[in-house]
Amino acid sequence: MQASLSLSVSNPAAIPRSDHGFESSLPFPSKPVNLRFCGLRKEALGFSSTSSSSLSASRSNRNVAGSKKVWASLGGDNGSSSSAAKSFDYDLIIIGAGVGGHGAALHAVEKGLKTAIVEGDVVGGTCVNRGCVPSKALLAVSGRMRELQNEHHLKALGLQVSAAGYDRQGVADHANNLATKIRSNLTNSMKALGVDILTGFGAVLGPQKVKVGKDTVVTAKDIIIATGSVPFVPKGIEVDGKTVITSDHALKLESVPDWIAIVGSGYIGLEFSDVYTALGSEVTFVEALDQLMPGFDPEIGKLAQRVLINPRKIDYHTGVFATKITPAKDGKPVTIELIDAKTKEPKETLEVDAALIATGRAPFTNGLGLENINVATQRGFIPVDERMRVIDSNGDRVPHLFCIGDANGKMMLAHAASAQGISVVEQLTGRDHVLNHLSIPAACFTHPEISMVGLTEPQAREKAELEGFEVAVAKTSFKANTKALAENEGEGLAKLIYRPDNGEILGVHIFGLHAADLIHEASNAIALGTRIQDLKLAVHAHPTLSEVLDELFKSAKVNAHVGSPVAEPVAV
Amino acid sequence: MAHLLQTSFLPSSPCLRANPDRSSSSSSPMVQISRQRSKTGGVVQAKIREIFMPALSSTMTEGKIVSWVKSEGEKLAKGESVVVVESDKADMDVETFYDGYLAAIMVEEGGVAAVGSAIALLAETEDEIEAARSKAAGSSSSASSSPAAASTAADPIPAEITAPLAASAPIAVTPVPKLASAVHPASDGGKRVVASPYAKKLAKELKVDLAAIAVSGPLGRIVAKDVEAAAAAPAPVAAATIAAPPPAASPNVELGTVVPFTTMQGAVSRNMLESLSVPTFRVGYTITTDALDALYKKIKSKGVTMTALLAKATALALAKHPVVNSSCRDGNSFTYNSSINIAVAVAIDGGLITPVLQDADKSDIYSMSRKWKELVDKARAKQLQPHEYNTGTFTLSNLGMFGVDRFDAILPPGTGAIMAVGASQPTAVGTKDGRIGIKNQMQVNVTADHRVIYGADLAAFLQTLSKIIEDPKDLTF
Repeated sequence: MQASLSLSVSNPAAIPRSDHGFESSLPFPSKPVNLRFCGLRKEALGFSSTSSSSLSASRSNRNVAGSKKVWASLGGDNGSSSSAAKSFDYDLIIIGAGVGGHGAALHAVEKGLKTAIVEGDVVGGTCVNRGCVPSKALLAVSGRMRELQNEHHLKALGLQVSAAGYDRQGVADHANNLATKIRSNLTNSMKALGVDILTGFGAVLGPQKVKVGKDTVVTAKDIIIATGSVPFVPKGIEVDGKTVITSDHALKLESVPDWIAIVGSGYIGLEFSDVYTALGSEVTFVEALDQLMPGFDPEIGKLAQRVLINPRKIDYHTGVFATKITPAKDGKPVTIELIDAKTKEPKETLEVDAALIATGRAPFTNGLGLENINVATQRGFIPVDERMRVIDSNGDRVPHLFCIGDANGKMMLAHAASAQGISVVEQLTGRDHVLNHLSIPAACFTHPEISMVGLTEPQAREKAELEGFEVAVAKTSFKANTKALAENEGEGLAKLIYRPDNGEILGVHIFGLHAADLIHEASNAIALGTRIQDLKLAVHAHPTLSEVLDELFKSAKVNAHVGSPVAEPVAV
Repeated sequence: MAHLLQTSFLPSSPCLRANPDRSSSSSSPMVQISRQRSKTGGVVQAKIREIFMPALSSTMTEGKIVSWVKSEGEKLAKGESVVVVESDKADMDVETFYDGYLAAIMVEEGGVAAVGSAIALLAETEDEIEAARSKAAGSSSSASSSPAAASTAADPIPAEITAPLAASAPIAVTPVPKLASAVHPASDGGKRVVASPYAKKLAKELKVDLAAIAVSGPLGRIVAKDVEAAAAAPAPVAAATIAAPPPAASPNVELGTVVPFTTMQGAVSRNMLESLSVPTFRVGYTITTDALDALYKKIKSKGVTMTALLAKATALALAKHPVVNSSCRDGNSFTYNSSINIAVAVAIDGGLITPVLQDADKSDIYSMSRKWKELVDKARAKQLQPHEYNTGTFTLSNLGMFGVDRFDAILPPGTGAIMAVGASQPTAVGTKDGRIGIKNQMQVNVTADHRVIYGADLAAFLQTLSKIIEDPKDLTF
């Protein structure tokens, strides 16, 4: 749900998105496009490059091959020449074929590892089948419905549209078709590269040993756990899949209730409120914290509430827990018992047509055989260090075992899982790599969208207090952007939190048209350690929404005017 | 950023927010004191001003007080920020328009007030602060004004904001749940009201008390249309009174006198003469109204009037026959009107006027009924704006309430057609299978400009209309 699939899956040959490893042999020296990409800004990333010139290094294939182990080609033979395969069935086994596992598998093959991926359900995991992907289909529909229903907006554009309507089944089919399509893309991309897809529930039997299904045992030099998560349902809530549902059910859009309560006002709840209200439902939010949209930068949250909640057919109860939710039956509605989150006093009982439980996600780590390797989960999450290496109950690292994605709980986003997977493969193939989680963007695909990267303002101020630096904030409005005004979508704000002393970006938050697409300029800058004073000089096409960020960077007041050498990315 | 305060010059205006406790209402000493003052000492008058919740954007209906920049008793200079208000769009500093003292804050921080309602009192001199405070206390602690008091106080400002109906139609006060408290009804200990989120929002907007609403939603739940209906509820009362004036007026006529035309009568006379230059013809139709009557009975309680239903049905039929909604102004060309505006003839004291339901094909029946009620009130108060009575593209004239079964209307110049609607009455009808049954039927008779509208056009239009009325499910979409 949380974020879109960040990887291109259709063209395996174009995968080297984070491939900095030109020390590996490159069987296709005739593909300089990729290589040039690799070579870009290598200093910035601090690679241990074998040559000062990446282009010449990669072209002179023989040199590299002489000094380094020759890895398998990108083609279909899947690391058959790897020495590791002699004693193990595989170099790498990944348990779970979600976006995280997929990202890791692709990168592993590219790095020449003989790779297998274990999936007990369907390829694609939550994101593709029950999360980000189908929800984007529903949101695409809701966005259009919203536009067509907004008479005021249409009129302002000079458009005349007669009453807009929708066919629920048609909408549901669109979401389902999209999931199917992305799933087959994902499967095909792995098959094309020769990743073995082992069907069956995977469990860790012991070090470097995995059981697949009932009785198949496979061995691998390294194992990555990428089992993801399931919707979290607090106790007392009875999910029947019809009137009390989780995102898993909601994405099938089997009904559009007149009145639906959404428990939890994070990304998932917000996105569904957007879908449901566009399709004609009325929504009641139930939020345990004192304000809606916890986790967002407070200023962005406040603005978002004015646009996404207040004018819509939505009301809310904050500071309350839903202690008991009973599905509708025998002509009775769904009942939701609320208690005060602080005093625990009963507050109110809601009667609604349906309830969507969007209280977050719980790691799916049961039955993984973690006891075999002495690993104790923490609230279900598998403990890992900053390199995703699994930590056992004694606090020691479990050799050759890694955990990425929702299962480790570091950052429950599809693209974060994928990035973690790639980081692990980098380590396995001889290059130390620590992922900078502060550079991972997140987005909420409401209309308009919300996106963010790095710290919120309160977080940044807290950090500044602790470490003794100054924090400044710059803001720009979408109202000042030509393209946004042309679209008649001037509602929106971009906010930059930075250090005025050295121009470091601490966080960027955007609420407005296509915010989810706009954030990457900022996240890339954070990932590469680019400073604002340098970004100010970058050119943006006119008129585009990207100029919102251009304005934002330009409005920041950095004291260090000299472009400073780009710093190492910071790990967390 | 700078938005100016709207201040009232009427110191005695009662508090705009109604107090549920009406026991001591009109005899409230505070209110009386302030009235006495305004009667006896005109000096006091312009010195205590109310600070109103300003409209910070075109869509703002209420504002939340984020913080008071000034505290009670503080001196204010013109142009200074007094309060920060959160609107639907943004937080804004609100400045004062006058010098003076912030005497009393009536809506505390975090409180919400409707646009135009008083949020504080501004005293001109320090001496006035006390008076203002007691006034504020009076309006918030003891009851300030019952609806009746508001309407009799002859105070145009609160009357316009809180009780537009009460001012013109005292009988309408009883069913008016308009002066609602802002308290969330569901939290009203013990008495539980279940209302959908949008219904709650609407109720707040339309100032309807959810506790006093007839419920139609599933599982005893108040839904948006219940609130809309409640807001439009006084309409039937008004509709009944429209028909009443002519008979009531007749006994007062002094026989044997010559009375010159009023302006309105003069206008009617001119229009009628002008109509003679238009070649008109008539087509009649008998329509069975059983289904319509059933529907009316069902939604009458929600404030829907027969007039609105007929206007809606006509508009839907017109949408399918644009030629009937056209007009011929110069004798050389058609004008296909872009919107369907149904004018409905209303007899008012001393004449006839045709308030217009604009875009009747597009608006829903509940808001149309509400709109109609508003138009009739305005018409009787002679406050209709020109665009509210001369933009009709098709006219309806209904004498059915008098038992008239059929009549003939004169085409108002500038429009293409007018429809005369007779009473719906039980009629013995032979059916196709050879039986005889009783059905409610009404006769309609359309007069049209034959330069642009031909017999077949009218016939087709009437057929569509009869289909809509005989199967009226589309009227309440």
